[in-house]
Amino acid sequence: MIRTWKGLAPVLLAATAFALVSPAMAQTPPNILVVGQIAEPASLDPHVSTAANDFRIAVNIYDGLVRNTPGTLEIEPALATDWTISEDGLEYVFNLREGVTFHDGTPFNAEAVKFNFDRMLKEDHPFASTGPFPLAFFFSSVKDVEVVDDLTVKFTLNEAFAPFMSNLASPTGLIVSPAAVEQYGADYGRHPVGTGPFKFEEWQSNTSVVASRNDAYWDGAPSLEAVIFRPITDANTRVAEMLSGGIDVLLETPPDNVAQFASDANYQVVEAVGPHVWYVMLNAKDGPFADKRVRQAVNYAVNKESLVNDVLQGTADVSAGPIPPAFNWAYNEDVAPYPYDPEKAKALLAEAGAEGAKLTFLVTEGGSGMLDPVPMGTAIQADLAAVGLDVEIKTYEWNTFLSEVNPGLEGKGDMAEMAWMTSDPDTLPFLTLRTAAFPAEGGFNSSYYSNPEVDDLLDKARLSTDPAERGELYKQVQAITHEDAPWLFVANWKQNAVVTSAVGDFELQPDFSLVLRDVTKQ
Amino acid sequence: MTAYIGKRLLAAIPVILGLSVIVFLVMKLIPGDPAQALLGSYATPDNVARINRALGLDRSWPEQYVIWIGNLLQGDFGRSYILNRPVLDEVLERFGATLILAGASLVICSVLGILAGIVSAVRQFGWTDRIVTFFVLIGISMPAFFLGLVFILFFAVQWRLLPASGMYAVYGGGDLPDLLRHLILPASTLAIVATGVVARLTRAAMLEVLRQDFIRTARAKGLSENKVIYRHAFRAALVSIIPVLGIQAGFVLGGAVYIETVFQWPGLGQMLVKAVSTRDMLLVQGGVLVAATVYVLVNLLADVAQAMLDPRLKA
Repeated sequence: MIRTWKGLAPVLLAATAFALVSPAMAQTPPNILVVGQIAEPASLDPHVSTAANDFRIAVNIYDGLVRNTPGTLEIEPALATDWTISEDGLEYVFNLREGVTFHDGTPFNAEAVKFNFDRMLKEDHPFASTGPFPLAFFFSSVKDVEVVDDLTVKFTLNEAFAPFMSNLASPTGLIVSPAAVEQYGADYGRHPVGTGPFKFEEWQSNTSVVASRNDAYWDGAPSLEAVIFRPITDANTRVAEMLSGGIDVLLETPPDNVAQFASDANYQVVEAVGPHVWYVMLNAKDGPFADKRVRQAVNYAVNKESLVNDVLQGTADVSAGPIPPAFNWAYNEDVAPYPYDPEKAKALLAEAGAEGAKLTFLVTEGGSGMLDPVPMGTAIQADLAAVGLDVEIKTYEWNTFLSEVNPGLEGKGDMAEMAWMTSDPDTLPFLTLRTAAFPAEGGFNSSYYSNPEVDDLLDKARLSTDPAERGELYKQVQAITHEDAPWLFVANWKQNAVVTSAVGDFELQPDFSLVLRDVTKQ
Repeated sequence: MTAYIGKRLLAAIPVILGLSVIVFLVMKLIPGDPAQALLGSYATPDNVARINRALGLDRSWPEQYVIWIGNLLQGDFGRSYILNRPVLDEVLERFGATLILAGASLVICSVLGILAGIVSAVRQFGWTDRIVTFFVLIGISMPAFFLGLVFILFFAVQWRLLPASGMYAVYGGGDLPDLLRHLILPASTLAIVATGVVARLTRAAMLEVLRQDFIRTARAKGLSENKVIYRHAFRAALVSIIPVLGIQAGFVLGGAVYIETVFQWPGLGQMLVKAVSTRDMLLVQGGVLVAATVYVLVNLLADVAQAMLDPRLKA
């Protein structure tokens, strides 16, 4: 029943857009920004949380040692003013910013940094029970955190690990107040205390999370007096709230509604590319996709332009490989996406003797970063049918889907949809394309792609702390995997948000966080 | 009467216990687990095992069930894995919101439904009856979520008279008028179908009673028509109307699930939908148990009320 309703909703809401003659009046108070979020946060403890939804709040309450420069994925100082990395890439020494205090008045210092990482990484830490810390493995290469002096902290790693700095800049690297963790224990996630531009005020379950301006912020107090995050799970209701003036910022606008807001002077649509890849993994172990020519054939057979423009209504770009263009320093401009060429696809299939092959395609109903997985799956099915491939779709709910796909595709299917959002170009290929990442080894290479050359390049890239050299290595990975076609490369999502005309200097970040410290509202 | 209530309450215990087993088993049997939901893309077998260990989900099923029930009997519903918050706090908070919504709908559907039914029965086949029957049919056949959307479209987006979603305004509000403003749309949406059902059944019950001898006697005694209808006929018809209201109470509680989703009403239904999709087992189990217990109690209440009106049923 909900499904029927969802089908009707866009039509009705589009009709409203035309019917709306009076300009939107702001109903929200001046200088207080009301953000329509996609869900109730699970926890505001950044070490416990895994959801982009929660991180959008957390990055405004907390700082990390380092952060991404706004608008890019480059690293800049935050709570650490500068750092040195040892020649062998095993020791990182950070000088910390002086005079910074947490919102609860306790000082930020090297002890606090040590407390944060020890809590996540040491099972015998007195506050380890305030977890679980699902993404702590981002820092699993950390052997030891040492307080050198009050404002100097040294990390020692087990092995050189180049993505370490990107991971420190990710929300899992945000620094929480040790005093507050000691005070609230397991309830800390509902009483967050950081050093960020906004101070947590209150969390009314299922209604709002309120944060107010931190006048003592080390990087200059924000202009907004307060930010209110409202959870509105249903996308159509979120659109209705925007149209009725109940929120100032609408996150993750349904593709059907983007054009409607874009053509209305009362609103601005903001877009940003993100480190996101949407792909279909192809089972290289058994079945037709064991032959590289068949894998290439499906890349030619699917009209990706039509997918991103018609199904996703321009909310994504065509993808060319496993490394998204958002990582501009590691992205290979010379690798162009496979063009739409059904004739070439047919020729390749004939050459491989795979004409009329029957394929099983695992599709999810929805899930983090999956965009519009069912319509995308059926569009792909139709394109493959046009070159003579007989694709049977099997649909699963997201959690069931993951428990089907993550242990490997063998015996279950030939193709499966997947999407990733990552903070470093290493993460996705390292976890999904290496031989040592087969499911049996504990990785996510569910389609069993294996190329020793790629393995070698990825291992090298991890050890190199020189970004230029790392970038070169990833560019080679991109070129090889494009040729090998372990996946059907489909799309890189452009995240979007709609803000009212009263909101100024609003920008989406490539890491999917929502930095509000420079935003204004009349 | 006390013995009757006592007997009914005792009979409810095995029902709720059996339900606890079923909910527990269903949550165990559906694929995917909380660790999977927490980790999303990062769910390697290693990580899943690590989180499951931290959550105590690596123990055997019977062991987990016994621990759960044992804690439950001591009033400890456990902690939600996903929300990292005591289950009971979350469930009670959410249940409060659902009760407000369902209660308001129940009042609307009882008052409107009974009035419409009586009017319609008294003027059987007259114009009033036809108009009421027409609207009742529309109410019964219109899917409530669709109606909800139409309401949002006109009252919130178009005319900006009422808020589109939520239970309170996020700034300023929080008082009773604010709550009522937010309540009007979802409560009337939820009440529409139930109103139709109550009206139809009231009409049938009234028609049946009106044909009986004691009504003729009352009229023969020269009582006013109003007295005949409301004092005599309606009171007799109530015996069949009250169990319907009991069922409707269950219906609006159940219907709240999708109305809460459409209107973002922060109730138990919305919570359960999300908790199931994130495999938040303790939260689902706690939520279902509390809802089921209340459902049993509401039905008990309806039966007791009926028994009081019609002593024959106590046997």
